This record gives sequence, structure tokens and C-alpha cells, in this order.
Amino acid sequence: MTLIEGLLLKNGRIIDPANAVDRKGDLLIQDGKIVAVSPGGRISRGRHRNLAVYDCAGKWVVPGLIDMHVHLREPGEEYKETVESGTRAAAAGGFTAVACMPNTRPVNDNQSVTRLILEKAQAAAHARVYPVGAISKGSNGETLAEYGEMQQAGIVAISDDGRPVINSQLMRRALEYAGNFNLPVISHAEDPALSRNGVMNEGAISTMLGLRGIPTAAEEIMIFRELALAEYTGRPLHIAHVSTAESVALIRRAKDRGCRVTAETAPHYFTLTEEAVLSYNTLAKMNPPLRTAADVAAIRQGLLDGSLDAIATDHAPHSTMEKEVEFDLAANGIIGLETAVPLTMALVREHGLSPARMVELLSVNPARILGVAGGSLATGRPADVTVIDPELEFCYTEEMVVSKSKNSPFLNQQLKGRAVLTILDGRITFNAAEI
Amino acid sequence: MRPDYRFTHKHILGIDHLSCDDIEHILQVAESFKEISSRSIKKVPTLRGKTVVSLFFEPSTRTRLSFEIAAKRLSADTFAITTASSSATKGESLIDTAKNLEAMNPDIIIMRNAISGSPHLLTRHIKTSVINAGDGTHEHPSQGLLDLMTVKEHKQRIKGLKLAIIGDIAHSRVAHSNIIGFSKMGASVTVSGPATLIPRNVERLGATVCLSVREAIRDADVVMPLRIQMERQNDALLPSFKEYAAFFGINRQTLEAARPDALVMHPGPINRGVELTPDVADGSRSVILDQVANGVAIRMALLYLVLGNA
Repeated sequence: MTLIEGLLLKNGRIIDPANAVDRKGDLLIQDGKIVAVSPGGRISRGRHRNLAVYDCAGKWVVPGLIDMHVHLREPGEEYKETVESGTRAAAAGGFTAVACMPNTRPVNDNQSVTRLILEKAQAAAHARVYPVGAISKGSNGETLAEYGEMQQAGIVAISDDGRPVINSQLMRRALEYAGNFNLPVISHAEDPALSRNGVMNEGAISTMLGLRGIPTAAEEIMIFRELALAEYTGRPLHIAHVSTAESVALIRRAKDRGCRVTAETAPHYFTLTEEAVLSYNTLAKMNPPLRTAADVAAIRQGLLDGSLDAIATDHAPHSTMEKEVEFDLAANGIIGLETAVPLTMALVREHGLSPARMVELLSVNPARILGVAGGSLATGRPADVTVIDPELEFCYTEEMVVSKSKNSPFLNQQLKGRAVLTILDGRITFNAAEI
Repeated sequence: MRPDYRFTHKHILGIDHLSCDDIEHILQVAESFKEISSRSIKKVPTLRGKTVVSLFFEPSTRTRLSFEIAAKRLSADTFAITTASSSATKGESLIDTAKNLEAMNPDIIIMRNAISGSPHLLTRHIKTSVINAGDGTHEHPSQGLLDLMTVKEHKQRIKGLKLAIIGDIAHSRVAHSNIIGFSKMGASVTVSGPATLIPRNVERLGATVCLSVREAIRDADVVMPLRIQMERQNDALLPSFKEYAAFFGINRQTLEAARPDALVMHPGPINRGVELTPDVADGSRSVILDQVANGVAIRMALLYLVLGNA
């Protein structure tokens, strides 16, 4: 057996906006690092005899994708997902890193839970795992969690995702105290009094189906508050899963004023409308809910014009026990790691998103917002690389799903464009040719 | 009605799914069944040997009894399960309950459930016919049909009439089914009531919104106040029943705006003195008890037609 000395990705379209690169070329990986990027496509086997060579002609070679918003369900709900299965799904979707939200059982509100997650991640090693710690103890919205200790254990941000911080004073204190540790604060923006008992977007469809609606104002009011607090404290704030047109407009105006705000949206918010709920499809139930076509158009625009900084999946695995039930009783959320690339590719094909902008949204900006490595193909960097085949069409079937849960509204749909090779620290974590 | 018309529905989930021809046909069949209930021996052998199970997850007197009488007058065997005696209280899922029922081979399951869309969920998991006897705030198709039948009996038509529905439109599956059914059949439907109880974009169902009750009732052929529930006060949707009665209740005076021959309907049970004063409820324009009587005929028709396609 010959010892593989490294990987050579030949003749791909190297898209590396962090270094202003978008051209055909070769990328050489050795000892887990990017050692050469040759624009001419001229790295030959030559002195590197035992290279594994991948022909990337017609494919995109991009910095490893980073999903800054996933739920890995471990500890506590391992029947839905584990760090192992979730990171395997991440690799299959082209992601080399994920940031996992703290709403586990128990909540990741202290260093021991953070350490547990990272131990599991180290053992699994399908993707880098960046834990997000809770804003408040137990995510109860009452007292601050131990940001310093959690940061020493490995958290990269704080959020009470899944539960809005109702108390404005606590949110202000969280922004302030997070400043001592340079931790970004991620807001799940929802006014719970307005959204109470709601199960879908409020409007014509909710009225037609007799389902309790969640008004767009429930999100916008809270974003307005978060922006006011971010500006008042001068601290960076990140808005999770933006779903409405007015939310995009609020964020755009705040950025114009110089507010240190960033925001993400999820692929389902630029792909599906509330009409996906018709027939009471619980696979279209999520929070925030799917909105109208006008909101979808505004989200797309926000991704194009920079109002929105990142695409994150909000990967939320649930078993059939939580989803094959009456609509009101069904859990919120869908899995998303394995469909993010094809759904974003649709924006590239049909809505004028440039490939470089796609890489910013899925890699460069998440790295920058979280303050973690990645998002760049510069030489000397850890070799986290994703190869995307923009033309590959496939039917996303239940059998293909790598995640432990299968709750996707995109099942059995024909999708186009996907990650075919995922490389983490120079090691292949996913190769579509092997499935 | 088209000459080649056939009733093809295996389930009755809502009026939304029914065509005008379907509705006409159901009303005709119901009309022909109505006479059975006035016989001294109120029973025909039409559904002999058929099994009808009613699965009620919400309290109901009128609708459950009406379906049961309808099934028995057609000679079907009927069985009733209510929440108190079902496995739902033991934590069994709705799908498991339904699959267990299906294993005993009933011909129809009549379900009432507090959650919108639950009968739709049932039809995706079992093969038995399902009739929706009210799902959450979505639809109550047999009520909508019996209301259409009652109006048609009194007015000989639906097309061109004006129906005014007053009250808690947001939480009323009866309002939903009636808005859809009456507008589908060519009537104009106006809804009114406290703005807190008018659902967003209700126009898309076919209704016109008019916040003035008096204006909503003006020249109406049918006035239908809805039951207002006590819990709406606690949800901060209403200040008090007293204020509701004063500003949104139907009484002899408010009814003056309607056509002189206007019908007064109510899906029951009535909060006397709140949404409707007793003199109007019991007055000459009230057809509330005709609605109840027609309910049996409509449900006989639905059981008969659905079993014809099972």
C-alpha cells in the first residue's frame, strides 16, 4: 500500500472570494494544509508521487462550507440526531463546520455540556463543531449563563435559540457582558405574545386552513428591539433565521446607519412559501414560519444586496413521532444540511446570485461572524475544502438522507447542484463517488 | 348539474372540496331522505350491515346524536368513541387509534377533533372513509350543508341571496364552511363582529368584511349570529359579554335593517341574551330548529353517498 501524501484537486473553478480568486486552477493539499493554489492548472504529479488526484473539471472548488445554525440534539435527544450523525450529514451536504445551538437537554448553559459536545465532536470528526452557549441559564430568560467558562470550554457565540429572550433588560446585559469575551450574540427574534399558539404564517392560508397564525410583526418587533439594543450598547448582534420582507428592510436600514448587525436566513425561507403548508403538511411547519411570495422575494434580494450576510440551515431533526401527528402538535423545524447547496444553487441559476457571493454566504461570512477559522483557500490554511458539482442532478430520496431524521419537505424532489467532495483538515469526509 | 354527474368522494373533509354539483346533489338526496324521519317507522334498510364509528375528541351533543340518528335510520350499526373512553387519554397517537379502528373494519369513521386538519391526517394513514364532523377552526361541512338546505327550503334558491354572519368568525368552523359553501353557490356573504374575531384575509374565502353590524345586516336575506365563547374574554379578544350583547348581539331592533322576510339561523348552542335575544331566537323568522331537523337528513345523505363510493 502506498502512502497517500496529499490530495490534488485538478482543473476546478477555484472560487475564493476572501482572496479575490475566481479562476480555473489546481489546489494541492498536504499534511492537512493547503500548500499550493495554482492558477495555471499546472501542478503536476512530478515530485508528489503519491498524490490522490481528483479531476475537478466543471466543478467548483470552494472553502469548506460553514453552517452557523444547526441543532445536533446531543445531549438529550439522541434518537433524533447525534453529534456523529449530524456532522456526517454536514459532510454529505458539503459542510466542514457547524455551529450547534444550545437547546439540548440539558441546555448548553455551562462548560460541562460544552465539553461533552466537543468530546463527541472529536470522536466523530466528520466536521468541526462550534458550540453556541446559552444566553441565560436554562435558556429561561432570567439570569446570565457563564459565558467566560463556556468560552474556555469552546463556545463561539451565545444564543437562546428556540426561545426568544423576552426580557429586554436581560438582552441588554447579555450584549454588554458578552463584550468581555468578544462573543457574538445571536438573537432568535420573536415576540412570544404575538406568536403564541401560532403554527404557521398568519394570512390567507392560515385562515383557509383554520390554523392559528404567527404575524410577521412578531419577528419584526423583536428585531427592532435587538437593533435598538445593539446600537445602544455598540455590541455586535447577529439575527438568526430572518423570514420576513420587513425584517430584511429593518436590518438594511440599521446597517446603513452603521449598526454592527449581521443576519442569516435559511434556504427554506428563500425557496418555499406558506403554500407548502396546504394539506396540513407538517414538514412545512417551522418557526419562524414559511411566509409569502413577497417575503421570499425580499429575502432573495437581501442575500444579493448584502442586507443578509449568511445562509444557515437551522437543521432541526425530528422523528416521525414529532412530525406524523396533528398539525398543531407537530414539532417545528426541518433538516437542512444536505439540501442547502442545491437550494442555494437554484438562486445562482435563477436569481442572479454570483458563485462568489454564494461562497461568502455559506463560508466566508459565517467564519467572520463567529470569529472562527475557515472561509479562505489561502496557502498555509487548514485544508477545509468543498467541491461542488453545479450540474449534478439528483432525486433527494429518504434512503439518501444521512441525518438520523428524515423530516425534509424536499424529499423526492429533483434537485440540481451538490457537494461531491468534502475535505476537512486535508481528509476526505464525504465523497459522492463512493455512495 | 351536468348530465354525466357522479358523486365521487370517498371522504367528506370540507365544503371546500365539494363542487356546486356535489352540493346540489347532496341537498337533493337529503331532501328525499327527509321524509323517512316523519314516518311512524323511521327506518330504511339502505345501509344494513354497514358499520359507522364516531370518534369524537371534543364534546358534542347535537352533531354526534344527529349522525347517530342518521346512521340508525339507514340501518347501519353505530359505535361511538369519545375522549373520555378512548386511548387518546392514555397517550396513544391519533394515527395509532385510527389504525386500530381500521383493523376492525368499519365502513365510515366520523371524526370531530379540536385540531384543524386532523381528519386529513387520518385519510393519509387509513383506507376507511372519513367524514369530518368539525376540525378545529377549519370546517364543519355537514353543518354548512344543512344550513344551505335550510335556506334553500325557505327561499327556494341560494344564488343572489345575502348572508350576514355575525360574531366570532375567527374561531368558527361553521362560519368557514358557510362562507365557502354559500359563496360557492352564488350567495354574497358578509361577515361582521369584533375586529379581534375577524380572521386576516377572510376575503380570500369569499366573504366581505363589514365592521358595522348594522351595515352587515342591511338587506340581508339570512342573518346568522355565532356562539360567542366565554374564553374569548380571557384571551383579551373581548371585554365582556355585556358589551358584546350591546354592540354585536342580534335583537329585534338590529334585525330591522335586514330584509323583512330575513331568516335567522344559529348553529347552536345559543347563549341567549348574548349573541341573540330570546325573542328573536324564538321568533317567527327563526329557522334554528329547522336547521337541526335538516341536519339528520343531510347526514343520512352523506353516509349514503360516501358509502356508495367506499
